[in-house]
Amino acid sequence: MKLTLHIWRQKDAKSPGKLVRYELDDVNEHMSFLEMLDVLNEQLVAKGEEPVAFDHDCREGICGMCSLVINGIPHGPDRGTTVCQLHMRRFRDGDEITIEPWRARAFPVVRDLIVDRSAFDRIMQAGGFISQNTGSAPDANTLPISKEDADAAFDAAACIGCGACVAACPNASAMLFVAAKIGHLSMLPQGKPEEYRRARAMVDAMDAAGFGNCSNHYECEAVCPKEIGVDWIARMNRKYLRATFRKRA
Amino acid sequence: MNLDPKIPDGPLEKKWSRHKFDLKLVNPANKRKFDIIVVGSGLAGGAAAATLAELGYNVACFCYQDSPRRAHSIAAQGGINAAKNYQNDGDSVFRLFYDTIKGGDYRAREANVYRLAEVSVNIIDQAVAQGVPFAREYGGLLANRSFGGAQVSRTFYARGQTGQQLLLGVYQQMSRQIAAGKIKMYTRHEMLDLVVVDGRAAGIVTRDLVSGAIERWAGHAVLLATGGYSNVFYLSTNAKGCNVTAAYRAYKRGAAFANPCYTQIHPTCIPQSGDYQSKLTLMSESLRNDGRCWVPKRKEDCGKDPNSIPEEDRDYYLERKYPSFGNLAPRDVASRAAKEVCDEGRGVGPGGRGVYLDFRDAIQRMGKEGVADKYGNLFHMYAKITGEDPYSTPMRIYPAPHYTMGGLWVDYNLESTIPGLFVLGEANFSDHGANRLGASALMQGLADGYFIISYTLSDYLARVKPAKVDTGHAAFADAEREVKAKLDRLLSVNGKRTPDELHRELGRVLWDHCGMARSKESLEEALRIIPELRERFWKDVRVVGSGDSLNIALEKAGRVADFMEFAELMCYDALERDESCGAHFRIEHQTDDGEAKRDDERFAHVAAWEFKGVGEKPVRHVEPLVFENVQLATRSYK
Repeated sequence: MKLTLHIWRQKDAKSPGKLVRYELDDVNEHMSFLEMLDVLNEQLVAKGEEPVAFDHDCREGICGMCSLVINGIPHGPDRGTTVCQLHMRRFRDGDEITIEPWRARAFPVVRDLIVDRSAFDRIMQAGGFISQNTGSAPDANTLPISKEDADAAFDAAACIGCGACVAACPNASAMLFVAAKIGHLSMLPQGKPEEYRRARAMVDAMDAAGFGNCSNHYECEAVCPKEIGVDWIARMNRKYLRATFRKRA
Repeated sequence: MNLDPKIPDGPLEKKWSRHKFDLKLVNPANKRKFDIIVVGSGLAGGAAAATLAELGYNVACFCYQDSPRRAHSIAAQGGINAAKNYQNDGDSVFRLFYDTIKGGDYRAREANVYRLAEVSVNIIDQAVAQGVPFAREYGGLLANRSFGGAQVSRTFYARGQTGQQLLLGVYQQMSRQIAAGKIKMYTRHEMLDLVVVDGRAAGIVTRDLVSGAIERWAGHAVLLATGGYSNVFYLSTNAKGCNVTAAYRAYKRGAAFANPCYTQIHPTCIPQSGDYQSKLTLMSESLRNDGRCWVPKRKEDCGKDPNSIPEEDRDYYLERKYPSFGNLAPRDVASRAAKEVCDEGRGVGPGGRGVYLDFRDAIQRMGKEGVADKYGNLFHMYAKITGEDPYSTPMRIYPAPHYTMGGLWVDYNLESTIPGLFVLGEANFSDHGANRLGASALMQGLADGYFIISYTLSDYLARVKPAKVDTGHAAFADAEREVKAKLDRLLSVNGKRTPDELHRELGRVLWDHCGMARSKESLEEALRIIPELRERFWKDVRVVGSGDSLNIALEKAGRVADFMEFAELMCYDALERDESCGAHFRIEHQTDDGEAKRDDERFAHVAAWEFKGVGEKPVRHVEPLVFENVQLATRSYK
């Protein structure tokens, strides 16, 4: 099929960017979206033009590195799907497609479609862990955890940290991400001792990084490639509220 | 070249505990005086960085991704083995050890493998304590499943995303140490050279992938945990960024490269669909627990709707050939069996390169929901990629390059032939022999990172007391100059072909000549083609843009340039290893029924290669493998 692409090009964080139009013939419906961009890049390089820079790595929907806004939707039109798992059979011959980077003040553009998501790492560093040194853990089965709790923890832990929730939110809120991380660890008994300190520290780090607040648009849930639900945000809010009333821990 | 494996004396089951006692310790107050460089932030590198930081060392960790949470360990799906024997089905440390040695076709070091099995139990404890949400039984205890090459259920898993959850555990531990200031994390940095001073690893040279800055880093020791090299084939199950550059440049600086020809071809990948394809997607091997592999008995049936082919016309070839292991035959055996039936013309799907993996019987047995509960996300992924519904139409799978058992040579302490350079995880060669069993890569990465390197590194630091070399030293300047010269050269060729095009060409040569089956002729042919191709690469590659900004084409070109040299080393190794073992299948050496035929008289050893110059034949050294606890036997899964 034949496509017209409008792609955001931006040399670096300081330069202004703009949408540039490209025509692409012979797109195969079995290609992934990123493979379609690979083909475009090969053609650009052959012409001596610089390829479009975009983040990607595992191309299996799990590393969370790919990050494109396609026709206004982070990760494109399919629910529960990362860009790397989006296939061209989803598009039609003659389509015009706009491709932009994640947009949020806390995610500055690095180049073209690549943004800096290190704010997520900083939130994790504030408390997204269980303080457990290597080598002193008790036998794993001494701590039974119900299947329901383990499954629920997993549902939240499935977050791949891609940042689509931020890109989709009109407030550029990172609440779904932070709620998933807090939710995962607080579902498990191992995470209980630090849960209030963790909630407080991570929410504070999120605010400090320049993410906005949740005002219940639910766009995050709609675009999350791992289909993490907004109910985790409610749980986080309860936890954070309780944490603010506690002086210690 | 000194290939002393430094295996401790004494009985197998005492070696590690005794060795740990013999290793020298660093006083807690002195640990903060040591700076450790870790390259790679996956299970091995991340676990090592976190553990060493906990102990008090200053760690600088480098990765090419935008966050350590994206290392390719994250994509490992199936599970992680541990000899817990929670299922009371006869597992033990010795059995895990034995299965791994046998699975590796007796080409791994006994002492290393035993230690791996021994610490496997601690890994599960550690991961659970960190909050890794492993699958549970209703009673609250951990659930297990079985995996290829094993008859016991010893695999722990977190749905189909075990690697992700284990890596997030590691990343969380790293995050804690980054916040504590004990790890300095450098993301989007690529290691481009190793600096060796007075025969010791003294630091590295990196490129900041955003600014293009070439930087020097000094440390008291350098740890490489940079993963495997199966992207040399262009199409593989590895992430697009996985490469051999760091390991290969260390090899050029004097580290021996061991068994480079051992590339595991994984049997359960989604078949290739076209030339534009950028990678192959792995379906977890755990699917073989409940899925049954088959092809039509008759060639004429290959094009038919699989559901219309009656039971008596299906050939469940793994169950037929290997009745006791059936669909759980080890990876090399299952891969070759798939290739064989496809070569006979009975393959299914486009190009006849595929076999069915059928869940019809499993759905009848445990219901659609039962299957979805166990494998739901894998089925979902398959449907996404192929556009077919695996609940109603059997999946199609085909083998693809996956894990590389070869890597930099290390001794029992994980130290390479360059003192002070330690190599962990898939980047080293030590634990899997000629073939890796399922669910043991995660185990090795974490064993090395959490439980081994902290002991052996302290011994090096306490015993040798290495001085930190100033980055102004001439060796740093030389390395930086060479790195810059190479980048400039890539940018100035201004040829006609993209790095990807040339990489694809190299990949095809390797797949055809050094792939699932090799021969003397095919390898000699490859050794003739590769230098020509390399020459063409340097004449014809086109890298646009500049070196002083983010340049994806330049990153790629540098990695392909190293693959062009490394491919030759692989083929030399495959040619000289004139036997079949594990993933290395030389068609000249097979039994009457087509199984790999080892030659223990001549090849029960590790081959470690010494660099002699680009285009020069490297020198092959040998570390004999001594088996005191298992008897070398023909691997049989019948």
